[in-house]
Amino acid sequence: MTELVNIFVKGIFIDNMIFAYFLGMCSYLAVSKTVKTGVGLGAAVIFVLGITVPINYLLENYVLKEGALAWLGDDFATVDLSFLSFIMFIAVIASMVQLVEMIVEKFAPALYGALGIFLPLIAVNCSILGGALFMQERQYSTIAEATSFGLGSGVGWFLAIVAIAAIREKIKYSHVPAPLRGLGITFIITGLMGIAFMSFMGIEL
Amino acid sequence: MKFLKNIVDSVKPNFEKGGKLQKYWPVFDGFETFLFVPGHATENGAHIRDGIDLKRTMVTVILALVPCLLFGMYNVGYQHFLAIGESAEFIDMVIYGAIRVMPLVIVSYGVGLGVEFLFCIKNGHSIQEGFLVSGMLIPLIMPVEVPLWMVAVATAFAVVFGKEVFGGTGMNILNPALTARAFLFFAYPTKMSGNSVWVATDGMQTVDGYTGATALGNAVDQGVAGIPPFMDAMIGIIPGSVGETSVLACLIGAVILIASGIGSWRIMLSMIIGGYVMGYLFNMWGANSYMEIPAHHQLVIGGFFFGMVFMATDPVSAAQTNMGKWIYGFFCGLLGIMIRVFNPAYPEGIMMAILFMNVMAPLIDHYVVQGNISKRLKRAQVIA
Repeated sequence: MTELVNIFVKGIFIDNMIFAYFLGMCSYLAVSKTVKTGVGLGAAVIFVLGITVPINYLLENYVLKEGALAWLGDDFATVDLSFLSFIMFIAVIASMVQLVEMIVEKFAPALYGALGIFLPLIAVNCSILGGALFMQERQYSTIAEATSFGLGSGVGWFLAIVAIAAIREKIKYSHVPAPLRGLGITFIITGLMGIAFMSFMGIEL
Repeated sequence: MKFLKNIVDSVKPNFEKGGKLQKYWPVFDGFETFLFVPGHATENGAHIRDGIDLKRTMVTVILALVPCLLFGMYNVGYQHFLAIGESAEFIDMVIYGAIRVMPLVIVSYGVGLGVEFLFCIKNGHSIQEGFLVSGMLIPLIMPVEVPLWMVAVATAFAVVFGKEVFGGTGMNILNPALTARAFLFFAYPTKMSGNSVWVATDGMQTVDGYTGATALGNAVDQGVAGIPPFMDAMIGIIPGSVGETSVLACLIGAVILIASGIGSWRIMLSMIIGGYVMGYLFNMWGANSYMEIPAHHQLVIGGFFFGMVFMATDPVSAAQTNMGKWIYGFFCGLLGIMIRVFNPAYPEGIMMAILFMNVMAPLIDHYVVQGNISKRLKRAQVIA
């Protein structure tokens, strides 16, 4: 149990998708103009990561990894399909995103409009594929750990986008020098936030 | 005073429109309004003005910092003579400390104001006085042995990327002084932490058994046994950054800030509560020797009080709403103690905790404001 909590907390603060790995920057930069859309997209990312990471975990451990197909019979005990992992992971992610999109469209049409193109683009959001690949690389031992990692990374991403959205709402009234307005200042803020998040780096859990 | 005023008035025409030094008007304006409350009226925007403008606010904060600065000088000298094992008079300690500390102050002000003036002349707006405080804070949170060029680099970084890119004073999201320190901490960790940077030895041999480690450094290694007695930490005769060691000096500053209404007592109080709660929880837990340090003792070592009084209360980067200030301060204290204990790489957690909460402050405000809106909306609907 402690292990699960540790992985979750680590995903949020220490291995934060945005500030430690700078993954999923495109939607992070584009949809963070207001807190409301940030919350919507962040929630979608939590949902997608929380579902795709465990599914990909099963895929990895029962289909793709070397020897994973042993349950089919002895003939398959040495089959290694890991060269297929990218395409399989992406396929899972894309279908999950379709699902999220349909749900959001049905239940929150306003949010659907606000998120626009970025909702389908979660399918190619680096942090989602990154989540699946980190799961593969770190070799979590149970599906519960993988789920906890997925949810933790999602919450970390959520926190990052909501925090920068609030900051961007605040600096709307600042006299940012003209060449830096918009994306330029957002990159600088992200860097400064990265410094603040470095406070958690090096903590051993 | 009269004499000064005459000088200022006599050179003024040179800087006004049509004068030969017209380009440098912001510099002149900065000095004039620093010395005298400006006589001209506002031309647009808010017309209600208070006698205490931004410059007077900043000067009050600097006054509040003076006890820390003076004590810091004394302590630098005290630690120096303690380290090399010589006995010295009080006045010698102060003089030695002043010789070591003043260059830091001068470099910080010189570089910071230089960058600020450059931006003002380029952009043609008047000088903003926010750097007066940051320029004093930066030397006070540096180890005394830090090379001067590092102070200069960090100050330039903090002023440009911490403040000017956001449009200057009042617009920044992170505290500039803390930005400078964090920048140095991550860029040159060997000069900002460890045992050899906190005490000025001039390369002289230290006496046997003298380590020069800070209270926090000792706490990591030895836990309760390593930290200095409560009263020493309270008065501040322990190694540490220049101005942070004395809790008493910080408290004098706190009284000035609270009495003048510049620093928020809500943040200070809630930060003490947060730090104490976390320290107390660690006492309960007691997993290692560091956690067993009594909560009240945990608060007086390191930069907790300095950060609380002068950094966390920064009116620009802190939370703006009253409710938000309670939450903000509480988490500053909580996280500060938590990082300090959990993260062996960063003996000083307060700096990082305040930076982290600076980042989160707009979010806290956002939700406090949204909460108020929905609450009042509900009330309005009930009446209707």
